[in-house]
Amino acid sequence: MRVDHLRVVRGGRAVIDDVSFIVLPGTLVGLLGPSGCGKTTLMRSLVGTQVVAGGVVELLGEPAGTPALRSQVGYVTQEPSVYADLTVSENLRYFASVLGMPSGAVERVIGNVGLGRHTDSIVGSLSGGEQARVSLATALLGSPRLLVLDEPTVGLDPLLRRDLWALFASLAAEGTTIMVSSHVMDEAERCQRLLLMRDGRILADDSPEALLSRTGSADIESAFIALIEASPT
Amino acid sequence: MTLRRTSATARRVLRQLRHDPRTVGLILAVPAVLMGLLAWVLHGRDGNFDQFGPPLLGIFPLIVMFLVTSVATLRERTSGTLERLLTTPLAKADFVMGYALAFGLAAVVQALVVSGLSFGLYGLHVAGSAWLVVVVAVVDALLGTALGLSLSALASTEFQAVQFMPAFILPQLLLCGIIVPRAQLPAPLHWLSDILPMTYAVGATQQLSTSATVTSEFLLDIGVVTAFVVAALLLGATTLRRRTP
Repeated sequence: MRVDHLRVVRGGRAVIDDVSFIVLPGTLVGLLGPSGCGKTTLMRSLVGTQVVAGGVVELLGEPAGTPALRSQVGYVTQEPSVYADLTVSENLRYFASVLGMPSGAVERVIGNVGLGRHTDSIVGSLSGGEQARVSLATALLGSPRLLVLDEPTVGLDPLLRRDLWALFASLAAEGTTIMVSSHVMDEAERCQRLLLMRDGRILADDSPEALLSRTGSADIESAFIALIEASPT
Repeated sequence: MTLRRTSATARRVLRQLRHDPRTVGLILAVPAVLMGLLAWVLHGRDGNFDQFGPPLLGIFPLIVMFLVTSVATLRERTSGTLERLLTTPLAKADFVMGYALAFGLAAVVQALVVSGLSFGLYGLHVAGSAWLVVVVAVVDALLGTALGLSLSALASTEFQAVQFMPAFILPQLLLCGIIVPRAQLPAPLHWLSDILPMTYAVGATQQLSTSATVTSEFLLDIGVVTAFVVAALLLGATTLRRRTP
């Protein structure tokens, strides 16, 4: 994953301003920052749904959004983007046939996100967290080499959050590159690499341990504050 | 575009309809009830139902399918499912054709119900084949679906989408020749009616009303409506954007 001098303008304002970074395959990257800092826009640029004003975004050696990437990239938006009027398994069966996956993939991802009890429930009747998991399961269907997840753990039960982070770690260990955004700083320590974002810029790009020792902080939240205070504005 | 992805999309749309029996009921009942009402209103007025019935038998399904498709497509846009689909290998044509197939099937059932009641119960008569009236009703409903798919791209809210019905459909109803024969329209309106699809949809049913055989005018009219369906579906596919600002 290579992003070079990316710039995105929305409504006359630079939402992403000269962002560059490189992520090696099989890395679990956390994208952290307050609401409105440009996390979602950056992720949309990665999956190729965002009109960009300048710069380069390359995934697996191809420009973002090219047809060859569409079966290799899984994307989960912040709002659950699944059909609320279909059941969990009807949703997944549809997306599986769009991706050309066998029906076994549906059972695999339902197990991955722990929705076995709700297979035949209408998605609209599930809780917000359950709907978010249906949306996540959809992205896991195609066994993508790159997963872009926009706040996938918001509002989830702590046990479930732990399980999902374990799933992300095991997928990364198998070679999947994963970018997870969050505004919850304590989730950050489970990533191998952190991108801290603020006002459309990357404030820091490092491993959690290096960030903590560099800023002399006890947790990521304090490290973030130390970096903001130290940065010239 | 692949057969697998198109048919998967069509099956998914039909499954959504199956989970919403009230909408299915409205799709089937609204044109049928309206035709019954028309027959009753024109009861005892010699030949009026046979004159107005066939064109409206095509127009009522057109309006119903236009509204249903506009709202369905807008829902895909606002719920984020369309954006997600366009990050997958699904082709834009798969999406558009999937909707056309699913609603086309709904249109066939709708046309059979409304035609069956009109000819069997309400006493509608045409000089030509009643089956061709069914064909015209299906093509008209497909026209409604195709126009709904392409025009919903212009709407960003439900409020806007529902107003496209009076904005795009009612002017055609005024100009298509039911209210005033087209030959008597002021010249500019006559020219305008020449480029509107409903003119040809109504023209086809008028041919069936008056002629016992399949006329070349009928074939021309139905050909023009079909061409409008294809053009609107192509337009619908091009208005889908993988990248948005």
